[in-house]
Amino acid sequence: MSTPALAADGLMKSFGSLRVADNVSFELPQGARHALIGPNGAGKTTLVNLLTGVLAPDHGHVYLAGAEITHLAPDRRVKRGLARTFQINALFPELTPLESVTLAILERDGVAPNWRRKLGGCSAAIEEAHALLQRLALAEDCNRRTRELAYGRQRLLEIALALAAQPKVLLLDEPAAGVPAGESAELFQVIASLPSDIAVLFIEHDMHLVFRFASRIIVMAGGRILAEGLPAEIAHNPEVRAVYLGGTEIHA
Amino acid sequence: MVLAAPAPSDPRRAIAAAARWRWYETLFWLALLLPYPLLPTYLDLASQIAIAALFALSLDLILGYAGVISLGHAAFFGIGAYFAAILVQRWGWTEPFSGLLVSGVAAAAVGYLASFLIVRVSRLALLMVTLGLGVLLEEAANHLSGLTGGNDGLHEIAVMPLLGRFTFDLYGRTAFLYALAVLFLMFLAARRIVHSPFGLSLRGLRENAARMPALGAPSRARIRVIYTISAFYAGIAGALLTQTTGSVALEALGFQRSAEVLIMLVLGGTGRLYGGIVGSIVFLVARDQLADMNPQYWFFWIGLLLILVVLFIPGGIVGGASALQARLGRRA
Repeated sequence: MSTPALAADGLMKSFGSLRVADNVSFELPQGARHALIGPNGAGKTTLVNLLTGVLAPDHGHVYLAGAEITHLAPDRRVKRGLARTFQINALFPELTPLESVTLAILERDGVAPNWRRKLGGCSAAIEEAHALLQRLALAEDCNRRTRELAYGRQRLLEIALALAAQPKVLLLDEPAAGVPAGESAELFQVIASLPSDIAVLFIEHDMHLVFRFASRIIVMAGGRILAEGLPAEIAHNPEVRAVYLGGTEIHA
Repeated sequence: MVLAAPAPSDPRRAIAAAARWRWYETLFWLALLLPYPLLPTYLDLASQIAIAALFALSLDLILGYAGVISLGHAAFFGIGAYFAAILVQRWGWTEPFSGLLVSGVAAAAVGYLASFLIVRVSRLALLMVTLGLGVLLEEAANHLSGLTGGNDGLHEIAVMPLLGRFTFDLYGRTAFLYALAVLFLMFLAARRIVHSPFGLSLRGLRENAARMPALGAPSRARIRVIYTISAFYAGIAGALLTQTTGSVALEALGFQRSAEVLIMLVLGGTGRLYGGIVGSIVFLVARDQLADMNPQYWFFWIGLLLILVVLFIPGGIVGGASALQARLGRRA
């Protein structure tokens, strides 16, 4: 079996007496489309923060393509190909989408610290940013200020910013949070059509979307991984039903 | 950029278009020369304005672009001012251009050291740290009277004629042209910086510092760089004051100066480069005129103006003008 794109091994994290990650281990194979589900407070976002280096684990290890990254700063992990989006929009309100994505590309290429070059002369980066925005149907709005964009568009820009890093692993923290039902399927269509070599782990509450787009599901509760398996296995797992869904059947 | 760019047909060109030099910028800079032929008795004031504008530009680089606020920015102004004086008095280094440069580098060195502290804090803690740095330095300068002259300051600091030819005359002609030329050159450099990839990353930090690491940006290193550059600018401004007035006093690095430069920048508008220049013109001309009418209460009007601007034109004077132009442009 090939090296997993991302792996967590025995991650532990406590805030005081509250254990938010309890011996979390899992593997994300290359090209995965995995869903991470669980009730509110299960520790899903905490896990993303541990994986991306926003939080440091008390114990355990994180591996990216086989290399340990447990103690790497968040920006260094991005440089190595681990990108994420945020549950609550974390955009640049006064920048345009074109500027924002160009910035992400310049950061990726290591051009951003350069203060002698002209930004307008970085046409390859601008070109690439525009093409990416076009792919996410954001080209029309690319020169408006981000804060003026409709909410659904802002969610797409979240993804565009992560994609600009050309990640090998993409962690999506509730990408469709707050997006109207009709648009969220569209948004997931975008996610489904990502290049197949990107491993994707997405947190999502809408079970219809989870079962439609995930090839495997990881279930968390109380900081622990409760179950992991194929959608059909998870749907019929009595423990998952008991803890996560209060005993009701999951309808895929 | 002062005013909004017209939307170009190709969306990809918008970024380059925003950096283009416009005709009204040329007009603006030519207008800044006008005091020389028209107001020969006001050249001292005009020099003060150019120096204050350079100082405000320095603050704009960290506050307006990187979103890093400071209540003690006069510390770097003061270091430049004292260093320029000490260069002349202790070491007989009287060549003005190199003196300016060395003083700027001295301020930048201190700014670089301070930046390690600055990147660790934000919000209230950042205000307090910068305020503390300012107060600390003021007291240090007061205490080291052997070097700084303490409360009396340093006087009769005479630099060589500019380029070996132009002496600093009593009317302040040379001083004015010198200060304005330095401001212009430093402005061009700043303009270059903010329209570079680095400049865009600064705006990213201002808009959402927390997101930047998720783009792969080492935020702290980026802030250290611009803080050092900003301190260099402030130091040059301080050194200009020493060289053009021939003296330096404690008020060069007092809290009052830190507060005033913040007021000038906010009045004019942050994150636009021109805001600091316009703000310092408004502030210092108002002080000059209002102080003539009523020497005690002129600050009242500045306070009122500041409140009105912040409440009704949050982009400052330049930001307001830019918004107005955009609206007129849309209607036309």
